[in-house]
Amino acid sequence: MSGPATGPAAGLRVDLDLPGRLVASFEAPAGEVVAVLGPNGAGKSTLLHAVAGLLGDVGTVEVAGETWSGPGVAARLVRERRVGLAFQGQQLFPHLSALHNVAFGPRSRGASRAESYDVAQRWLDRFGVGALAGRRPHQLSGGQAQRVALARALASEPAVLLMDEPFSGLDVGVATELRLELAEHLRAFAGVTLLVTHDALDAFALATRVLVLDGGAVAQEGAPDDVAARPRTEHVARLVGLNVLRDGGGLRAFRPSAVGVSLAAPDGSARLRWHGEVASVSRHGDALRVQVATDEGPSLIADVTPDAAVELGLAPGRSVWLAVKATAVDEYGAERL
Amino acid sequence: MTTRAALGRPPALLVAPAVLAAAFLIVPLVALVVDTPWGDLWSLLGTTQVREALRLSALTSALTVVICVLVGTPLAWLLARVDFPGRAVVRVLVVVPLVLPPVVAGVALASALGRNGLVGGPLRELTGTTVPFTTAAVVISHAFVALPFFVLAVEGAFRSTGAGLDAVAATLGAGRWTTFRRVTLPLALPGLLAGCALAWARSLGEFGATITFAGNFPGTTQTMPSLIYTELQGDVEVARTLSLILLLVSVLVLGALRERWLRVP
Amino acid sequence: MRCGLPALLCGALALGLAGCGEGEGVDDGDRELTVLAAASLTGTFTELAAAFEEAHPGVSVRLAFDSSATLASQAVQGAPADVLATADAATMQDAVAGGAVPDGARTFATNTMTLVVPADNPAGLATFADLDAPGVDYVLCVETAPCGAVGATLLAAAGIDAAPASLETDVKAVLAKVAADEADAGLVYVTDATAAGEAVATIDVPDADAEVLDYPIGVLEQAGDADLAREFVDLVVSAEGRAILTRAGFGVP
Repeated sequence: MSGPATGPAAGLRVDLDLPGRLVASFEAPAGEVVAVLGPNGAGKSTLLHAVAGLLGDVGTVEVAGETWSGPGVAARLVRERRVGLAFQGQQLFPHLSALHNVAFGPRSRGASRAESYDVAQRWLDRFGVGALAGRRPHQLSGGQAQRVALARALASEPAVLLMDEPFSGLDVGVATELRLELAEHLRAFAGVTLLVTHDALDAFALATRVLVLDGGAVAQEGAPDDVAARPRTEHVARLVGLNVLRDGGGLRAFRPSAVGVSLAAPDGSARLRWHGEVASVSRHGDALRVQVATDEGPSLIADVTPDAAVELGLAPGRSVWLAVKATAVDEYGAERL
Repeated sequence: MTTRAALGRPPALLVAPAVLAAAFLIVPLVALVVDTPWGDLWSLLGTTQVREALRLSALTSALTVVICVLVGTPLAWLLARVDFPGRAVVRVLVVVPLVLPPVVAGVALASALGRNGLVGGPLRELTGTTVPFTTAAVVISHAFVALPFFVLAVEGAFRSTGAGLDAVAATLGAGRWTTFRRVTLPLALPGLLAGCALAWARSLGEFGATITFAGNFPGTTQTMPSLIYTELQGDVEVARTLSLILLLVSVLVLGALRERWLRVP
Repeated sequence: MRCGLPALLCGALALGLAGCGEGEGVDDGDRELTVLAAASLTGTFTELAAAFEEAHPGVSVRLAFDSSATLASQAVQGAPADVLATADAATMQDAVAGGAVPDGARTFATNTMTLVVPADNPAGLATFADLDAPGVDYVLCVETAPCGAVGATLLAAAGIDAAPASLETDVKAVLAKVAADEADAGLVYVTDATAAGEAVATIDVPDADAEVLDYPIGVLEQAGDADLAREFVDLVVSAEGRAILTRAGFGVP
């Protein structure tokens, strides 16, 4: 089986119109790793399922020049699409060994037993779990099982790799390790990757592009750094730890470290100060991150030194004032980048 | 892992009825074992009639299980995995023989496959063969009452193994038959075995439908239950001994099977 | 309503418990008589029961029909009943030997057997000996039942070698199979043939009169009201009873 074609038609093109679930339209060239972010119910899983063909004939999905579904064309069945799935919970076949799991794809597509096992073993080796080939899923740790799941997804040489929170449920250490390994594999992967995640680290360590979904529509699209610096959604703002406020038609963003906390009302522009009650205080690196529910409604975060926190007596319920300098505020437009 | 002992003693409110239920089930069986003259057992086992009945019971129950597996498994799969129009109705109809009194089942079978039945009539006219009074009729009666048990057990197994893995298999390029063969069926195997055990047990004990539809004749249609009922008319002691024989056979087989179907992969 | 359900359950339970009780009913003046009768007495005893209830207002007669052997063993085991009527002397003897009939039994009717075929006689049988013809499916009772024992004797006496297709548990089952044209022929009592009317045709069995079944009736030891039970027996042997029995095809002593 040859890999995806090169040329202007290579990559992934999606155009979905499912009212009430997801309305999205975007393109990604071959090799792109697209992180799909958004709150629950935003339509992220719907997007993956639509591309995989699990939703039947919906919208337009074009991959590597082939039309998987679209107007006037009979939609390809799931098994006719070259997708690799790595969803949370691994979903490895519990009754098959790791080797048989990974070999399942090649075998189903017609390769001989010997060939499939060969391919499977090589992929397991590539993921560092070659020695576990004979083990059943219940005999594998979370991290090992996830590696097998990824190997299985890639072994069938897909044109699109779909991942849904691949590191959820894993130890932080294991997840970190796996993330680094996955970054390597994705760099080598010639197809398009869609990675749904709730973890900012995933997005920014692995992705070359970020797609933000909210309420069933695309809220923002762009390079990871740009989205992180100028998020248009509260969800991403929270994810990256930035204060973002809507101001008329535009957005204002400022870091928590730029926010000053005081007990008395500060001087300065009324636009740049807020009053409210402390909702929570938690450690954040060397500082303490204070979450304040402002009187106007939005909740803001401020980073203070531990000493300052003690001095101000910051505890949940404490009435405080927040202020930020105009120079620290980044204003940007509301239209999609 | 929490040790069960750490959770405290089981409440009497649960233990008392449970003990009652167990006693309710076990005491009659114990009474049968105690009450029956064991001495007659061997001599009875030597008679042709008893041996014939045992052979017939063994044969028909084995064939019933085979039929259930061959036609019941696909039906269970269809009900669990495919959303076809009228599925809810079919599901209910499949279970109806379960609640039907066995004699009524026999009457129904006679209406369908009797010499003048809906299917039996044309069959006699075309081929000259009739179904009642044959061993085949016995197997048919058994399969009719045992199939619902089997389908229920296996459909439950298919449902619980989840359609999620079916989707995964599809993304890996497997067609529906391959998915069934390599994923769905292996995972449902414990449920399948449980279904076989249920079907076998139901078949072994089947009497009402058999005697109404297939008849009762030594060697052809007289299974153990029919023989026991016949003997009840005459020598109750013989009937008791035969009941004991059937009980022992059942206990042996179920005992051997229970281990297999309780072990989950 | 939530409080309705427990009340409903209590009501159902009370109703069920009220149904339990021996012989005498719960209400004043309402007496019950339970009669165990052989299956072949279904028609006649239903008539006799109605007649008895008319003659004895306030009394309701409960009838239980089954094979004689089953009824006899039930009586011996102490089933709550007042009168036992069987289709042969041997089964009544079992009941007497078991101590269930203290005052003994008396014969109230006789019956002989005959061969019945479905109304349109699909196998084209003309005589009893035709049972030996190839491909004939005939049925009779199991030989542990009176109808089966007599049937087997008659077959042997006529030299019939062909084995039956099935041995039914009681004579009504035999009749049912023949009437439904599920069997080519069956050996039943004359009274059954009469009762079945148009549904079957009869073929005489040679020397059937040689095998007469005596129907004995007796009051049971566990009878709730022995006097009432005896009155029922009296009705059965009375002129009225004999008339009903003869009409059905029984012989009377």
